[in-house]
Amino acid sequence: MRRQLSAEDAKFRDELREFFTTRIPEEIREAVQARRELTKDQMVESQRILNAAGLAVPHWPVEWGGQEWTQLQRHIWHEEMALACVPPPLTFNTNMVGPVIAAFGSPEQKERFLPATANLDIWWSQGFSEPDAGSDLASLRTTAVRDGDDYVVNGQKTWTTLGQYGDWIFTLVRTDPTAPKRQQGISFLLIDMTTPGLTVRPIELIDGGVEVNEVFFENVRVPAENLVGEENKGWTYAKFLLGNERTGIASVGATKRNLATAKQHAAELGLLDDPAYAGRIAELENQLLALELTALRVAGNSADGKPDPASSILKLQGTVLQQAVTELAVDLAGPAALASGAGDTSELPEWARLSTPVYLNYRKTSIYGGSNEVQRTIIAGTILGL
Amino acid sequence: MDFTIDAEQEALKGAVRGLLARAYPSSETRREVVSTEPGFGEDTWRKLAEMGLLGLPFAEEDGGMGAGPVEVSLVAEELGRVLAPEPFVEAVVLAGGLIASAADDQQRAALLEPLVAGESLPVVAWLEPGRRWASDAERVTATWANDRWTLSGVKEPVLWGARADVLIVSAATDVGTGLFVVSPEAAGLTRDGYITHDGLRAARVELQATPASPLGDVSRDQAPLLEAAVDAARVAYGHEALGAMSTALETTVGYLKTRKQFGVTLNTFQALTFRAADMYVSLELARSTVTWATIVLDAAAEGQDVDVPAAVAQAALQVSRAGRHLGQDAIQLHGGIGMTAEYSVGHYMSRLTAIEHLIGDGPFHRARLAAQVSDHEVLDPIG
Repeated sequence: MRRQLSAEDAKFRDELREFFTTRIPEEIREAVQARRELTKDQMVESQRILNAAGLAVPHWPVEWGGQEWTQLQRHIWHEEMALACVPPPLTFNTNMVGPVIAAFGSPEQKERFLPATANLDIWWSQGFSEPDAGSDLASLRTTAVRDGDDYVVNGQKTWTTLGQYGDWIFTLVRTDPTAPKRQQGISFLLIDMTTPGLTVRPIELIDGGVEVNEVFFENVRVPAENLVGEENKGWTYAKFLLGNERTGIASVGATKRNLATAKQHAAELGLLDDPAYAGRIAELENQLLALELTALRVAGNSADGKPDPASSILKLQGTVLQQAVTELAVDLAGPAALASGAGDTSELPEWARLSTPVYLNYRKTSIYGGSNEVQRTIIAGTILGL
Repeated sequence: MDFTIDAEQEALKGAVRGLLARAYPSSETRREVVSTEPGFGEDTWRKLAEMGLLGLPFAEEDGGMGAGPVEVSLVAEELGRVLAPEPFVEAVVLAGGLIASAADDQQRAALLEPLVAGESLPVVAWLEPGRRWASDAERVTATWANDRWTLSGVKEPVLWGARADVLIVSAATDVGTGLFVVSPEAAGLTRDGYITHDGLRAARVELQATPASPLGDVSRDQAPLLEAAVDAARVAYGHEALGAMSTALETTVGYLKTRKQFGVTLNTFQALTFRAADMYVSLELARSTVTWATIVLDAAAEGQDVDVPAAVAQAALQVSRAGRHLGQDAIQLHGGIGMTAEYSVGHYMSRLTAIEHLIGDGPFHRARLAAQVSDHEVLDPIG
């Protein structure tokens, strides 16, 4: 057992810290710190800077821009990025569709999509969930029927985050409705969002924002060359996608940063001298420490495509703590937490005005990416054998 | 950052597990042992000595094995798995650790060698009535008169205080807190032993002008030495708790798979399996934190600049939260059988509760951490 970073890892960390804090525009990092919504241009600009330096897709195969880093180095990369308020590379591109294309795509698909995906020249959206297929994803009903060189897609996807910016959407579609098991009739299809018959409709959320969308497909013709891997093997690729990249699933770095900011506000308000608040913050810091140490402990255990089931702990507890910190901010804001609609003429500080929308928005974290109840099912079944 | 153990450490763990499996093949054996005086297995204690475990953390020149906190943690965790009552943490980690850090050369040899051989059981009398885990002494005072030290006052609870062959007593001196060695035959010493709820033994120890010899240099405040030894013991108890929690969870999972109600096994009910999943989460979060505290202790022993008290408080807080969660839910998921003395899980909850009151409870350690909350922007374990 060993505590300290090796000299090599310490140097690695210092270099990343230097890069993140000097090369990503201050204005973007400030917006992240203040928990403002980023513009599309800001996200693209940030990711391109990272990509140019080889820091956008370190977990990809080396020939497509990946780095031969250890799990610990990936952890450091993710944490330093979060602590420096650098927006993480777009997860749909770098953690979801990119690795799937790299692993299962044709050579032409790799050439065509991977460099553009890493550089955010293509903005990907996710088309998995449907109105009647949430946690039970395999019950999806959107169909793709082969017609000559095309598939004809009909149906509806939902909860498509930032779909309003999407250039392309990766989807799970039913290609064999007669398959004996419903998981066996699903394919993984890439669809250009400008194709006729595809429409995006925003869904307003409880925080007043419109970050998720419904996507409708009405006789959308998709060239068959956009099928990833084999027809009816989509479920395998989807499982790979969901299990592939677990670095940062616990969001420790971002939660740490948000807790540090909350602590600063507590200090300004004199509430750090209140034993109830000091104790609550100490407890949160301790829970976060336990989570980070657990992330470090399981980091070495995940083999390619087969996540350590212990990563369910990271998703579960990670979202519990993300939510707890947003709740702390609301409590610290007090009556100022009401003023979410106030503009810059308000007497109340911006963080306090934003605190409730963020708190409301973060309820999503324990629902998406496999709800916390799904994580408990995995722990009980796969780990405990119940 | 490396949480893995090497082959030699793996072998040590296996050997200890084997020895304890023979000594405590079932919770019934453990029940018999703790219901007979002195409350632990003298024979098992000798076997631990023969294996060299009672000298594990001490320097080779003191008859020890020269091992570190990692090896100690492996032994403690195995003891915890079967709730072995042997006073390893009390005698080796706490009393032995204090002797090793505070005593002069002659005393060290005289006190450690018989401990390592399993011939003498030293314990530390530091907890005081009306006070909560304070390392400075108030209720026992030390007086220098007629060319000798005498101690007066009461210590309670003193773990294994009635059985102990040597008492290390903390007492208030003119300069703070001093540490003193008291022989069980000393004049004016009264020891009233009793059974603790977890089946172990403690005592009320009263000293009335009891002659005592200083442990090391009592002309300075020795409270920091006591605090450091207690911190090392806290981490070892933390590992004992991890062992106990692991078994409590394994037992519960086994029960859910086999017990039938409404014609089906209990693992058919999601309300129960989800609670077991949450127990696993608590246990693994505690395991990371406690293991990390051991890594920090190890780093400190190698002279690195680390904050041991903070790491200990962090681990202890996590142990408190997890211990309550695992102990309480292990019983609840069993139902009535979990309440019986004949079945094991109830004893696990009792022991976890005892451990918490040895190391300091959740509110105690949370307050320690809360007092430092302004000292840092973020906690950084790998910094």
